[in-house]
Amino acid sequence: MSPAVRLRGLEKRFPRVHALRGIDLDIEQGEFFGLLGPNGAGKTTLISILAGLTRASAGSASIMGFDVTAQYREARRALGVVPQELVYDPFFTVRETLRLQSGYFGLRRNDDWIDELLTHLGLTDKADVYTRLLSGGMKRRVLVAQALVHKPPVIVLDEPTAGVDVELRQSLWNFIRRFNRDGHTIVLTTHYLEEAEMLCERVAMLRDGRIVALDSTANLLHAGAERRLLLDLDAPELPEFLRPRLKGREGDRYVLDLPDFGDLEGILAKLREAGVVIRDLALRQADLEEVFLNVMHDTGKGRAS
Amino acid sequence: MSGFRTLLYKEILRFWKVMVQTVGAPVLTALLYLLIFSHVLEDHVQVYPGVSYTAFLMPGLIMMSVLQNTFANSSSSLIQSKITGNIVFVLLPPLSYLEFFLAYLFAALIRGFTVGLGVLLVGLFFADIEMRHPFWILAFALTSGAVFACMGIIAGIWATQYDNLAAVQNFIIMPLTFLSGVFYSIHSLPPFWQSVSHFNPVFYMIDGFRYGFFGHGDVNPWLGLGVVMPFVILLAGVTLKLLKSGYKLRH
Repeated sequence: MSPAVRLRGLEKRFPRVHALRGIDLDIEQGEFFGLLGPNGAGKTTLISILAGLTRASAGSASIMGFDVTAQYREARRALGVVPQELVYDPFFTVRETLRLQSGYFGLRRNDDWIDELLTHLGLTDKADVYTRLLSGGMKRRVLVAQALVHKPPVIVLDEPTAGVDVELRQSLWNFIRRFNRDGHTIVLTTHYLEEAEMLCERVAMLRDGRIVALDSTANLLHAGAERRLLLDLDAPELPEFLRPRLKGREGDRYVLDLPDFGDLEGILAKLREAGVVIRDLALRQADLEEVFLNVMHDTGKGRAS
Repeated sequence: MSGFRTLLYKEILRFWKVMVQTVGAPVLTALLYLLIFSHVLEDHVQVYPGVSYTAFLMPGLIMMSVLQNTFANSSSSLIQSKITGNIVFVLLPPLSYLEFFLAYLFAALIRGFTVGLGVLLVGLFFADIEMRHPFWILAFALTSGAVFACMGIIAGIWATQYDNLAAVQNFIIMPLTFLSGVFYSIHSLPPFWQSVSHFNPVFYMIDGFRYGFFGHGDVNPWLGLGVVMPFVILLAGVTLKLLKSGYKLRH
């Protein structure tokens, strides 16, 4: 089985920017994959190369085993892209837009599927409305529907929830998850790291056109698992036995290292014995955002030295 | 070929939905030229024996409308799609560059012919127009329309803003069409301007087209076709090459 997406030594040089500096990556079929990175890291360039909107300077990219330039017809048929920009054609209604998009992919009489898409995306009562008259969130849904008219095995969403309200975000993700359960591969870029944490099985972090981290979400969270105990104590200073754990202070609170939550009970018991009153207590677990910031920070340092 | 059919249909739908602007307005413009010039010149000018000035003017106006509108259709469609960003809708699907080219070419021709036909129908109220050689009429309309449709595609791909396109339209397309014998026979010009006109390919388009109506022209229609045909091939070739390379469309 060929991977859903395969990138080998992918490079892209624009006149002033070296956007991609050698990307090697396999995304397996059926994965829910996250592509993260700060602005300008190369995420959109990478997606544009997959979509055939941009041509690579070196290296190769394939979708479901089809090279995006040599076998562009097969590759594009296997790919659905929800672009980042909120684009629409002012001349057409929602249904016309979806019928045209189906036709471009060689699908005639696609109305059953179009109706299904409209239903699931809550667009049924907007079917005959001109897309230019829709709100931003509605336009976004039309773009999602357009990307799915041909039921592509690989679906790429480039920042699909930027500027979208919470309700739509939820329904959109439920919808995309269903596709994923049915075997479609999902590649997602997003700024909302909690979204990636919630949805993606595996994550690649990009920085300056390079992959700086690539692992399952669980592993990344675990590797960066700096669990912390935050304590505000009614005591002049931190009891002796907690000193080795001290990582810093946040206001009145001591930030303590707590790799194993099982230690918590012992700590509390000792504090009680010492007669120290706990004014406030909190536990903090690593989230993807923290991991992300660490990775970006570390690779930044590495590059500077 | 279903992708081609859909893109062609979309391109036709695009201008048809705003036909007041894309068909009505150019027909009205041509009608105004017809009224004004025939009013001023009808009694003073007879270019060909037995052909009234109004009748003489008609083929020129029709051809001018065809040329300007084939150019306008492909160029404005492309620049609008590029500026609004919805060009991705046709770049993401598995359309070949040949399908892309043919869809924009035929849509432009259909728009040009619709306007041309509109001008002809309106003109019939003002002059008796005979059509002696329909073959030449059709041959020149098709080849000349194709040249301007290709120029429109090239300009639409090249332009990055409306301003670029307006410059091409006003400084190249308008002078080329106006100074090509739409309103006069080049035999009425001083010798210097007569020979300059021979270097304007649009002159041959209009002259050959007019020959189809009256069986009478400034040059032999075969020579005209011999001049226009290489332009069709050259421009179609350039357009296809640009589309294949992805110039300014796929970065």
